[in-house]
Amino acid sequence: MSMINYASREINCKIVYYGPGLGGKTTNLEYIFNKVAPNTRGKLISLATESERTLFFDFLPVDLGTIRGFKTRFHLYTVPGQVYYNASRKLILKGVDGVVFVADSQVERLDANIESMHNLYENLAEYGYDLRQIPFVIQYNKRDLPNVSPVEELDQHLNPDRVPSYEGVATTGVGVFDTLKAVAKLVIKSLG
Amino acid sequence: MTPGGAPSWSFGPADSKKIEEVLDTLLYESNARCALLVDRTGQLVVTVGEQPDFDSAAFASLTAADFSANDQLASLIGEEEFSSLFHQGRSESMYLADVGKRLILVVLFNKQTTLGLVRIKIRNAVSDLNKAFEEVFGRERGEARPLERDFVNEAEDEIDRLFRE
Repeated sequence: MSMINYASREINCKIVYYGPGLGGKTTNLEYIFNKVAPNTRGKLISLATESERTLFFDFLPVDLGTIRGFKTRFHLYTVPGQVYYNASRKLILKGVDGVVFVADSQVERLDANIESMHNLYENLAEYGYDLRQIPFVIQYNKRDLPNVSPVEELDQHLNPDRVPSYEGVATTGVGVFDTLKAVAKLVIKSLG
Repeated sequence: MTPGGAPSWSFGPADSKKIEEVLDTLLYESNARCALLVDRTGQLVVTVGEQPDFDSAAFASLTAADFSANDQLASLIGEEEFSSLFHQGRSESMYLADVGKRLILVVLFNKQTTLGLVRIKIRNAVSDLNKAFEEVFGRERGEARPLERDFVNEAEDEIDRLFRE
C-alpha cells in the first residue's frame, strides 16, 4: 500500500492496469505519457518482448505536484496480459493502491476478460487484498471496433459490484483520462 | 483482508536521521558511492551519498521487480530466498540486500573499493537497518496519520488539471 514519507514529505501511490493480453493497457500508458506535460512525468519504462508484448511491466511515474506540503506522485504500472506470465503479473500487484481493469470489448474476447478478472481476484487474495476494498475502475476498451459486446453485457459479466466504468478507445485517447482521473481520485480519497 | 489505499507505513524525520546515519557509516567504511533504500513495492525511501544522475523512480521500480523476480527464482530451485544480489558492470557495480522482507538496500560502487569489503559492510548495515525499521513497522497500525481533508480536495483539483486533453 502507499507509503507516506514524512521525512521527505512525499506520498507515492501505485496504480496497476490489469486485463487480458492485447487489451490496450500499454496503449493507455503511452497515451498518458504523450499527453501529460513532460515536466510532470518520468520516463516510460517498458519491459517488453521484441514483438512489443509486455513481458514484465510498463512503468510511468506521474507527478501531481506539491499538495499541502506533500510531493504527491502516482506510479502507473501495467502487467503482462498473457495467461502464461502470471508469476510476473502477481509481483506487480504487490502494494497496489488502485486497479484499472482494461477489458477488450470485442465479442470474441469476453472469455479472456472473464478469465483475467478471476485471475485478478485470485492474485490479490494471495496478498490478502480484497478487490472490493481497493479503489477499482473498469475501462471497456476498443469501443470503435465493429464487433463489440454491449456495455450492459460486459457489466453483467465483469462488473457485478458496479464500480465506475468507462468506454474507451485507447489508441485515440477516448476514455483514457476519464479512467485515470476516476481511479486517481478514489486512491486519494482512500488516503484521507 | 487489508483495506486498500490506507497507508501501510509512514516514515518520519527521526526515522530518516537514524537510517541515514547507518547508510553514511556504510558508505564511509566501504568506500562505495551511493546507497539507496527502496521498498518492495518499488518506491524510493531514501538516497545517501553521491546523488545519482539517473531516473531514481524508474531505478526503484526496476530494483523491486528485479528482487521480486529473483525471490521467485529462489523458490523455484527450492531456496527460501536470495537475500542478496550482485550485478557486476565494467566500471559500476551494484549490490542489493534484503532488509526485513520489506525493503531493499542497494549500494552502487566502482573500482575504488572491492566486492568483498562492500559485502561485509552491507551485512553490518542490514543488521542495523533491521533494528531501526522494527520500530517503524511496529507502529504502522496504531499511528498512521490520515491526511487532512484539504489535502484530498486540493489533490482532486490537481488531478482534474493534470489529466485533461
